[in-house]
Amino acid sequence: MSVREYLDRFLGDESETGTPIQRIVGSDAALVVGLLLAVYVVFIAIGTVLGYGINGQVNALARLTFLTAVYALAVLALNLHWGYTGLFNIGVAGFMAVGTYTMMMVSAAPDARVPGLGLPLWVGILAGMAAAAFIGLIAALPALRLRADYLAIVTIAFSEIIRISYLSSTLQSFTIAGTELGTGGGGGIGIQNDPDTVILETLNAIPGIGSVIGGITSVAQNAGVQPSVVNNWLYAIVLLVFVVAFYWLLARIGNSPFGRVLKAIREDEDVARALGKNTNLFKIKSFMVGCALMGLAGILWQGSLGFVNPNTFLPQVTFFIWIALIIGGAGSNTGSVVGAALFAAVLFEGPRYVANVASQTLELGSSPSTFAGAVGALFDLEVATFFAYALNNIASLRLILVGLVLIWLMQNRPEGLLGHRKETASSIPLGRPTRDSAVTDGGEEQ
Amino acid sequence: MVLLGLIVGLVVLFDLGNKLMTGQVTASTLFVLVWRGIVNGLVIGLAGVGLSMTYSILNFANFAHGDYISSGAFAGWAATWVVAGLGVADIGSLIVLGAGGDVYSSQLQTSVVGAPLAIVIGIVVAGAGAIALSLVVDRLVYKPMRNQDGIALLIASIGVAFILRYLLVFVFGSAPRSVAETPPAVKGTLAGVQYSFGYHELTLVVCAIALMVGVHLLLQRTKLGKAMRAMSDNKDLARVTGIPTEQVIRWTWVIGAGLAGVAGYLLILESGTIAYNRGWILLLLIFAAVILGGIGSIYGAILGGLVIGLADTVSLVWLPSEFTQAAAFGLMILILLFKPNGLFAGRTTA
Repeated sequence: MSVREYLDRFLGDESETGTPIQRIVGSDAALVVGLLLAVYVVFIAIGTVLGYGINGQVNALARLTFLTAVYALAVLALNLHWGYTGLFNIGVAGFMAVGTYTMMMVSAAPDARVPGLGLPLWVGILAGMAAAAFIGLIAALPALRLRADYLAIVTIAFSEIIRISYLSSTLQSFTIAGTELGTGGGGGIGIQNDPDTVILETLNAIPGIGSVIGGITSVAQNAGVQPSVVNNWLYAIVLLVFVVAFYWLLARIGNSPFGRVLKAIREDEDVARALGKNTNLFKIKSFMVGCALMGLAGILWQGSLGFVNPNTFLPQVTFFIWIALIIGGAGSNTGSVVGAALFAAVLFEGPRYVANVASQTLELGSSPSTFAGAVGALFDLEVATFFAYALNNIASLRLILVGLVLIWLMQNRPEGLLGHRKETASSIPLGRPTRDSAVTDGGEEQ
Repeated sequence: MVLLGLIVGLVVLFDLGNKLMTGQVTASTLFVLVWRGIVNGLVIGLAGVGLSMTYSILNFANFAHGDYISSGAFAGWAATWVVAGLGVADIGSLIVLGAGGDVYSSQLQTSVVGAPLAIVIGIVVAGAGAIALSLVVDRLVYKPMRNQDGIALLIASIGVAFILRYLLVFVFGSAPRSVAETPPAVKGTLAGVQYSFGYHELTLVVCAIALMVGVHLLLQRTKLGKAMRAMSDNKDLARVTGIPTEQVIRWTWVIGAGLAGVAGYLLILESGTIAYNRGWILLLLIFAAVILGGIGSIYGAILGGLVIGLADTVSLVWLPSEFTQAAAFGLMILILLFKPNGLFAGRTTA
């Protein structure tokens, strides 16, 4: 199937009834774009309450778009594992770490604080993806033998082994074949020409696009938006292009014969094997492809910041990605993107904004330094003081909210927002044929 | 496969012996490592019993188990501080374990020597607190999900873990701090080996062994153990036979969470420092122990705990300290690969 056909499907060609406008309104693309716009409107409103200037507003939206895009990348990759193949991988952070670290070690300059090979960035990115896929292969070997819950424990142990290894001072710097290399240990590793910088430089170097970017930057500058904020937006848009590419790739995989076998394995591995499919091989391939994508997601996410340390890749990161997938609905690519957007906006960024609004508008006074003080205030019927303590500790309340949402979803809607959808296992439209002569093989008309 | 494991084990033992003979590792160093391994292993084993029981009876890997350990530890230590520090400091500051920096453990002399009553009360509160917590969580989270598969429960338990851990941060703050004073250890030399037993280490070992024996008797002498074995084999069949399954599940939580809470308290007593993520960090090692021993087997969990505890410390002889935990995880992955039913397979729940 061509790119064109996929775009048609994404843009709502499947429902062949209704006017073109109705088709687009009901489509997945409209759902995602509509959701993003709705989130933007809410955040602009909050920003207005907080008294953000235009620069602050635009920057907040850029950060939101960045977070949505990077979560969408990671969630889509995870969807290949869990949504398509039923592999319960809770070591996502580890594979992202391998991708990011390998990219940095390959592409960092040889004279940097933590020396690298100094190869071009694209070599580093490919090496990072390959390394993540290779580590995925090693982790996938147990996947063949284990039940889903054992695999969960193995993958999280793997991701911790990876993090501990990067954290260790033994590997902080070492020499292979006369070349000095290192992981930086607890101090982390940095890179001058990170993906963010290189991609924007490349875009600027293309004559037509470069002048357009220059034009936008100067217009924005006149409106009071700093060039760095424009650059944040540009990189966020580049990430959105990557999201579309991931989506396309996954839709393509899902609708291919390969993807149908993966879904068969997810539903009932014994049946798939009985039909003569080498399910182990399929699982390994699926795991490796997903890990490579996770590596790329890590590179574009943490790698773009130019500096990482091992604690960037705590298991918590994995669980955030999982929650986004569960919100959206495992098995649905559109759901993955929707889940990523909702997670980034409502659970990740939202609580902080709400707390800021509350503390600006409510005049709560100063927060007590400990919980005991806050409860003491509650006894004195000073609810505002307790509230001030809660707002001051919004970071931990946010994670409690994350846990509550996760439990609520598992109890009431384990299939997520879009996971209930029927997945057509066919590469041709299964809708009612437009002409009666379509039923020529003796089959019943649906 | 067993042969290969045996060969590797022999090579390791031979190398250890060689190192001892050549003086690369002194007997005193080895003693410290082994003793520390036993102490850590008993904590892991004690906490592992509960994880193993819920794993086999409720059929899911409880990722919140580590946070039951932390919650029990915080509850118990808050009680200890209140008992030991009444009159010394404000009760609010004592309950939050000096989160505001206005009271310190050195003021309270919280050790088995300085405040034995406070420690005993703390142990009881740690167990009771974890039990109450687990029953509330079971009622609110897991009971409505009894019919769902293990993966759904596992994911829900990750949510529970988040809630518990960050409630602890919300109440007690995120800064690690010293809550127990370490009294001087009993030191001496026996046959050329310098030994040193801390009072808190000894307390931990005695309590852990007593509790393990207690659970053993409980499950062997009462019908509860038999009912649990029946339930882990086949839940529907157990219910048909007239076993009150919900009651057995409640008892599973009582035993499992009680041991976890006490293990958490003892862990903090021995190390002296409390932090909201201590249990969570320990969780993977506990999983390793439970898998090593075979899920569902209580004795397996205890032995697995000792093996993991020893592997975690004795591997220091060969590995740099950063990698000992990785070595324990690696051991777990190898066991899962080659002996997924654990070393003591076939013996479930006592």
